Amino acid sequence: MAHFTKATSVKDWLNQRLAIEKVEKVMASEYWIPKNINFLWAMGMVLAITFGLLLVSGIFLLMYYQPNVETAFDSVNYTIMQEVGYGWLWRHVHAVAASVVFLIIYIHMLTGIYYGSYKKGREMIWISGMLLFVAFSAEAFSGYMLPWGQMSYWAGMVITNLFSAGSLELNGVVEWIRGDYVPGQAFLTRFFMLHVLLVPLAILALIGVHFAALRIPHVNNQDGEDIDFDVEAKKYLAGDTKGSKVIRFANDFMSKDMFVVSIFLVFFFYLVFWNYGFAMDPVNFDPADGLKTPAHIYPEWYFLWSYEILRPFSKDVGLIAFAFAQVIFVLLPFLDRSPNVKTANKRGLFGIWFWLLVIDMIVLTAMGKLPPQGIYSTIGFVAAIGFIGLWVILPFITAIEKKV
Amino acid sequence: MEKTSRRGFMGKAFGAVAAVGGVASLVAMKQTWDPLPSVKAAGFTEVDLSTVEANCLVVEKWRGKPIFILKKTAEMVAKQDEAQTARDVIVDGTHYMIAIGLCTHLGCIPAYADKKEIFQCACHGGEFDSSGLDIKAPPPSPLVIPPFNVKGQTVMLGEEGPEYKKMKEAGILA
Repeated sequence: MAHFTKATSVKDWLNQRLAIEKVEKVMASEYWIPKNINFLWAMGMVLAITFGLLLVSGIFLLMYYQPNVETAFDSVNYTIMQEVGYGWLWRHVHAVAASVVFLIIYIHMLTGIYYGSYKKGREMIWISGMLLFVAFSAEAFSGYMLPWGQMSYWAGMVITNLFSAGSLELNGVVEWIRGDYVPGQAFLTRFFMLHVLLVPLAILALIGVHFAALRIPHVNNQDGEDIDFDVEAKKYLAGDTKGSKVIRFANDFMSKDMFVVSIFLVFFFYLVFWNYGFAMDPVNFDPADGLKTPAHIYPEWYFLWSYEILRPFSKDVGLIAFAFAQVIFVLLPFLDRSPNVKTANKRGLFGIWFWLLVIDMIVLTAMGKLPPQGIYSTIGFVAAIGFIGLWVILPFITAIEKKV
Repeated sequence: MEKTSRRGFMGKAFGAVAAVGGVASLVAMKQTWDPLPSVKAAGFTEVDLSTVEANCLVVEKWRGKPIFILKKTAEMVAKQDEAQTARDVIVDGTHYMIAIGLCTHLGCIPAYADKKEIFQCACHGGEFDSSGLDIKAPPPSPLVIPPFNVKGQTVMLGEEGPEYKKMKEAGILA
């Protein structure tokens, strides 16, 4: 048994039992962050805070929401919105955060791609991050079912039909997922369970893995410089804080992180109070009706790019293209054959590739929202082919890249 | 057995117990998600054809799905080809289209344009003719014909009647 002495203070008492000073050092004051970074490195903290907002607002919504096909719509649109004190606030925070979290995820992802933060030991950060993206997508979709409006119902119909795998006609699988021939009570209750328990549990576990994956390779920096963290940390602790290339995670780096968070929160609550409409589709304010398809079925903005990759092709080809788009980002560390950890603009062809990818995804997003007719179909088709083409040529252009 | 250590044996014993328990719980979990018996039994829908007007789409509900019933005019029947006529349900010389009103692409409900005499799907732009045959991608196949049984002027959806069985053998249900 360990040796315990009479405690001299509460801190000492805890220290003997939980080693809180050691934990604090490992997690915060001696967790080293490079100095050579910019505000884009604060997106992880912004995401953590947004997830917190979703959790808290979700807890309050959960107290009045009823997962029943007869009462779900009214429990949201009448009870929560009109009767519950500040119920509208929780709903608007939840809806706006669900939308904005994807904006930040995309910025976070593109930052990682631009600065090459997925290579040379940082592969697991990227892979766990992409798994988080998948889990957040599942969370967003399952949550979208809950108000049981027209878009909930028809999005549920269309997305679950994807599991019939096109010409394979696996209708049994689709009926198994729904627990019915069409989305109904069994469907609503199981997606409710997924949304409030199973998927959040997976997200929490993946956040743990994502953070853990950072510890050994450390955070990347603006120039992709290979910093020896042990040497720089020693320099810092010896008092040469100016000469060292690193700073403490807390409170030093955290102070900047939280400053970015405060700017984000001002923007976020501006949206919540004055411009929440973008996160609330008007079609979903009609109760679900299995015998009436809305004129246009489209997903929320953050899924439009992959939806547009599904749409312009015939059924089977569209499904394969869609599946390709869903998984291809995970493979980025292995498709990029260049050893360079540098900003994209210093990597020749890769720099062009990066900006083409960004433009292509914006075009796909815009076309996904428009009705599938005439010139929009053509542009969408070209952009979808372009997306696939970009990923096919990536290994070749990075293989011939010069060492920078 | 001589070479097996006690720890190795216990590890294998746990592995065996865990495997049996794991597989058994997977069976239970799979069946928990199956459609309930009450859902599966959600019976049969009877449709009265005598009140249906020509070239005016009637939508019935069967197992939660919309069923399209379209009575065809003589002109519509006259300009049909063989493949189209083969899908018609003929009751007392009158031709009807009976089909599940869900686009075979991703399950949206197409709308009927009575001037053009076609079905148009708003979701992804697919089109079907008045016999339910797909005439514009992305839908890969015609509208599905549900099990039906003609009894005089009524049709029972969910029962496999002789006309349905004939279509099934001909392979034109979808």
